[in-house]
Amino acid sequence: MELDSLYQEVILDHYKYPQHKGLSPVFTAQVHHVNTSCGDEITLNLILEGNQISSLTWDGQGCSISQASVSMMSELLIGKTLDQASLISTNFSDLMSSKGTSSGDSLILEDAVAFAGVSKFPGRIKCALLGWMAFKDAAIQAQTD
Amino acid sequence: MLFSPEQIRKDFPIFERTVRGGKKLVYLDNGATSQKPNSVLEAETNFYKLHNAAAHRGAHQLAEEATQAYEGAREIVAEFLNAPGGSEEIVFTKSATEALNLMAYAMGNAHPGNRFHLGPQDRIVVTEMEHHSNLVPWQQLCDRTGAELAWFEVTPHGRLDLSAIDSVITPNTKVVSLTHQSNVLGTINPLEEIVRRAHEVGALVILDACQSAPHMKIDLAQLGVDFLAFSGHKALGPTGIGVLWGRKNLLEDLPPFLFGGSMIEMVTMRTATWAPVPQKFEAGVPNMAQAVGLGAAIEYLSSVGMDIVNNHERTLTEYLLQKLNSVDDLSIVGPNDSEARGSAVSFTVNQIHPHDLGQYLDSQGIAVRTGQHCAWPLAKRMGVPASTRASLYLYNNEADCDALFNGILGAQKYFGSF
Repeated sequence: MELDSLYQEVILDHYKYPQHKGLSPVFTAQVHHVNTSCGDEITLNLILEGNQISSLTWDGQGCSISQASVSMMSELLIGKTLDQASLISTNFSDLMSSKGTSSGDSLILEDAVAFAGVSKFPGRIKCALLGWMAFKDAAIQAQTD
Repeated sequence: MLFSPEQIRKDFPIFERTVRGGKKLVYLDNGATSQKPNSVLEAETNFYKLHNAAAHRGAHQLAEEATQAYEGAREIVAEFLNAPGGSEEIVFTKSATEALNLMAYAMGNAHPGNRFHLGPQDRIVVTEMEHHSNLVPWQQLCDRTGAELAWFEVTPHGRLDLSAIDSVITPNTKVVSLTHQSNVLGTINPLEEIVRRAHEVGALVILDACQSAPHMKIDLAQLGVDFLAFSGHKALGPTGIGVLWGRKNLLEDLPPFLFGGSMIEMVTMRTATWAPVPQKFEAGVPNMAQAVGLGAAIEYLSSVGMDIVNNHERTLTEYLLQKLNSVDDLSIVGPNDSEARGSAVSFTVNQIHPHDLGQYLDSQGIAVRTGQHCAWPLAKRMGVPASTRASLYLYNNEADCDALFNGILGAQKYFGSF
């Protein structure tokens, strides 16, 4: 069924077993983002060492899509430079606006290509992007501080 | 003829379509907006086809017909609400949100000496279960005038806590603005006690009737409130039309909110005086076709009978509650019985997030609302950041409730246990 393209197993897995959930006691930047339409929220802690993301931890509540997306994003971005992270983030945003026409670049997005199906559900794109928007914001803050 | 939701449904063309790949539409999102019967669609279309002109303007036949149609709708609304002062007490707005904002802005325009004038010594009372549209305008008015905002709290069972009514509605209270029926909990609030106390201290009562007027007989001669707002689109009518009712003497004292054409009496380069009520509050060419559509909606509801609509919804709500209560791990947010409650029923289902539940139900053709329902403070108070809401209307039946029940069981299976 159509619904299965949205709820890929890897997404539900991350929802059940979230990665890097639990905020680090220290951080370079901390941001709090909410999805005003449904009340989902995420707090994200970013630690930079030079230009490299050494830690990305989060806490939050929300639907499977928003929570799995931030979980997978943390896995994907830890260890990357800010430039690499920006490229991945742009790639993910492009996938979300593809209206179901793209299956995603697995070399860049790895498991996060599982979110390709979300782009067919306009009401859920914001859910998938919640964590990524928070990261963008944190990266800007970390560089300006 | 016996009331039959299946018969009613035949008047609503939307039920002829299917959703999500051929699924029958199970529409349970009436708290957000209702579907429209053919008579409403035809009334709106016929206005444009046959009578379109700017009401209250123009020296021609069409302008006359447009005015008659628009003013005719006002009379229908007045009769529907049993407005003691008749149709002069009915103000058309674009929505209930605008009606409530009109109240708040108009009060903000009142000069010292006007009974509506507010200052730091005054208090405005709301409740914790208000929709944002009956909370934020008052917060903002308090911000502009220095008045103090106070509110009734909500009990864990989803009822207003009136135990401290005298210390909430204090002698310096000017306005008590509250919902008749919660859009989240379904709770119907006890107006008598609140109106008595408010009037005892000289405060005016504004009622948000968005969730009640479409579903029960409103008798303004009995209710005791001073102002009332509701929206057309939740009552089978078009979007873009709302109603503000106010007692005539109060509307006369209330300063206008929007200024422009139609609402004036005389204008010079420096000054203006206002048209009599209700025109004083209707600047600009109004949403005529929508008002006419609302008139047709009310005629439709009245032809069925509001008591019959209400009885049907009460019986069906009881059935829905009974079905929902038989689901493992489901909790009702709000009153769990049909006593003093309407047909909006919110709930949570174990670890399935409402957004995911709503998505699954949608895949089965079932339309519900999920989230915080434009009532963040209430969601926080009830300890549920988000919930799923099913809300019924006259065209819903037991089969719709059964579909929801089966849909929830399906979702539990689909998402497994977390």
